[in-house]
Amino acid sequence: MRFRIENNKLIAGKSFAPNSLRISQFNIIPQPPLNPNFSFNPELQKLLIGKQLLIDDLPYQLEEIQNHYDHGYITFRKGIEYAGKTPVCARCGNNEQQWFAIYPCTRCGEDCLYCRKCLMMGRISECTPLIGWNGPAPDSSLPSKMLEWQGTLSQGQLEASERVKNAILQNKEWLIWAVCGAGKTEVLFAGIEAGLAANKRLCIAAPRTDVVLELTPRLKAAFPNILVASLYSGSTDRHLYAPLTIATTHQLQRFYHAFDAIILDEVDAFPYTVEESLQQAVIQARKQESAMIYLTATPNAKWQKECLSGKRAYTTIPARFHRHPLPIPEFTWCGNWQKRLKKNKLPPNILTWIKKRLDEGKQALIFFPHIPLMEKALPVLWALTPNIEAVHAEDPERKEKVQKMRSKEIALLLTTTILERGVTFPAIDVAVVGAEDGIFLESALVQIAGRAGRSKDHPTGAVTFFHYGKTEAMIKARRQIMSMNREGVKRGLIDL
Amino acid sequence: MKLFQQNHCLICHQAILPDVGWQAIFSIEKEQLICKECERKFEKIDGETCRICSRPLHLLEEKFRHGDLCHDCFRWEGDEEWKGFLTENHSLFLYNDFLKKVMAKFKFRGDYILARGFALYVKELVKNVDTDLFVPIPLSEERLYERGFNQAAAVLREADLPSSEILTRIHSEKQSKKSRNERIHLPQVFNLKHNADIQGKKIILIDDIYTTGSTLRHAAKLLKQAGAESIHSLTIAR
Repeated sequence: MRFRIENNKLIAGKSFAPNSLRISQFNIIPQPPLNPNFSFNPELQKLLIGKQLLIDDLPYQLEEIQNHYDHGYITFRKGIEYAGKTPVCARCGNNEQQWFAIYPCTRCGEDCLYCRKCLMMGRISECTPLIGWNGPAPDSSLPSKMLEWQGTLSQGQLEASERVKNAILQNKEWLIWAVCGAGKTEVLFAGIEAGLAANKRLCIAAPRTDVVLELTPRLKAAFPNILVASLYSGSTDRHLYAPLTIATTHQLQRFYHAFDAIILDEVDAFPYTVEESLQQAVIQARKQESAMIYLTATPNAKWQKECLSGKRAYTTIPARFHRHPLPIPEFTWCGNWQKRLKKNKLPPNILTWIKKRLDEGKQALIFFPHIPLMEKALPVLWALTPNIEAVHAEDPERKEKVQKMRSKEIALLLTTTILERGVTFPAIDVAVVGAEDGIFLESALVQIAGRAGRSKDHPTGAVTFFHYGKTEAMIKARRQIMSMNREGVKRGLIDL
Repeated sequence: MKLFQQNHCLICHQAILPDVGWQAIFSIEKEQLICKECERKFEKIDGETCRICSRPLHLLEEKFRHGDLCHDCFRWEGDEEWKGFLTENHSLFLYNDFLKKVMAKFKFRGDYILARGFALYVKELVKNVDTDLFVPIPLSEERLYERGFNQAAAVLREADLPSSEILTRIHSEKQSKKSRNERIHLPQVFNLKHNADIQGKKIILIDDIYTTGSTLRHAAKLLKQAGAESIHSLTIAR
């Protein structure tokens, strides 16, 4: 696409008019003043507010988009910016050379650089404008009673809930460090209600689709009269304007200065931690004046340090809602288990541990560091029972196997770190085989231990780390769990 | 010469470790665009294939074979209206799930640079082929604007082969939404540009996917009737 400037206005065109340029070639993109008498398209307003979309995303003719821009209601931004000579994708923030390519573009008639990083959301190239909304926000009238949730908060939840509410209302940044099974979601309700009442546009974001799918029905049930947009790859709510949005961090790449508060769940989870573009997406989706709530059971070392040294505002929920302490992992040395596995054997203490569970009829979740090792162990364990499944990230039957575990059809589920978080089985014991492996970070081990003793009816459970040499991560994980328990007792949140 | 160049696979973006050794250092470095892992997922078409469309015959049941022809080509060739226009088609790879994903990214998401990966194979294939023109199957003007590039022409360009864009296409519904029958009984969707000189020329048509062969046969018919000597075709997937 090519643009010209006439009377200090940008004019978009599909044809290659003389003196026209690609949008990335303008130094400054003029923004016409808002004409209050213009009767804008309210559908376009709902579609665009707080967003950064491509013309291809909009079901409107270019003339209508141009007309809204002419009257100051739409903004054009460059899809590709340059920091000196380095191209930067304005949507996903990509600035690595290997993620760009050049093609002979029929839209601008030139060799056109495009971003491969966020390609799946529609191609952004040097001739692509990002479209945004510059007009007023849609009127929203909300019911006077929004929160229909009937439950009660534990004392620990209540304290955190107050913090969340204040942070949302006062545009603060706050971390809620809540142990696995503390009941994080309920902690958000009061803050969301207060934010909505103050006419704020709110977002709950999480790195993984599973989390979005799990949170959506719970929030819809808690706020039955509030429109909730649930965004993940393939969701049908893509263009829905709602006061409350639940989205994967990936989907936030379509937003720009949209939210008065973002609640980011699982800040420490993959892929958010390794993908800078997702961190950028969260920053871009926030309004300049906005609140940011982080939720996690396992903040990384840097954040833990910032919390303890007073640089980061945070609140802990050190105990589970059922007021029992977190199960503390036991370390058991199991020798060179990989060598044994090569001979189709497992260390005797691991086999004993498993046999005991099978005899008592207690289900167990057993973690392995890598898929091949797990698949090697599976036939070895079949000698004990055929009632075992193994699951990993690329397993097409992942959901079915987890369901089999839930419905107690199987006794043992072997897994990689894919099930370290998010899944809850009511009454299980947990073992890690090869806990010394580098893949088991402190956070992974805390999460894994957090799978045991989740339900009120079965608040305890054994957690055993079988290892061939203790690691720092194992020790730190155990220390973190114990210190949470201590704090829980001290604050009167755990019954002894 | 960059000794320790860090390439990333065009498809999976993993770093490709260069071969390090005297031979690698002293020979002109062949650019490695696709990692071994991804390359393995492409299924090259080889073995016994249909004489015309290069469909592997071992994948077909006996009743769908007619000597060295597959059932589809047998039907085309038995039809007086279509007989003999397309001499032979070559396809690089089977259209398996992996290639479907790569192709979707290339065509529908518009990841142009993937053409460079396919181009290596195309170049190799046409190295010793005697032909006058390479003609990419065109997109309609509307579709071309929407996509930003023509995927067949992109492969030719990246293979450093001259692309003779002598055909135009009338805008219609997407091919992939039509049945075989609908595709065959379509009126001619291609036009020949009036200044195109194809008298007695040997032509290779380029397209991304050979599905029913109807697109290529429509183009072949038009070119042959306009005076071309022979029409072969080359597609990435089959």
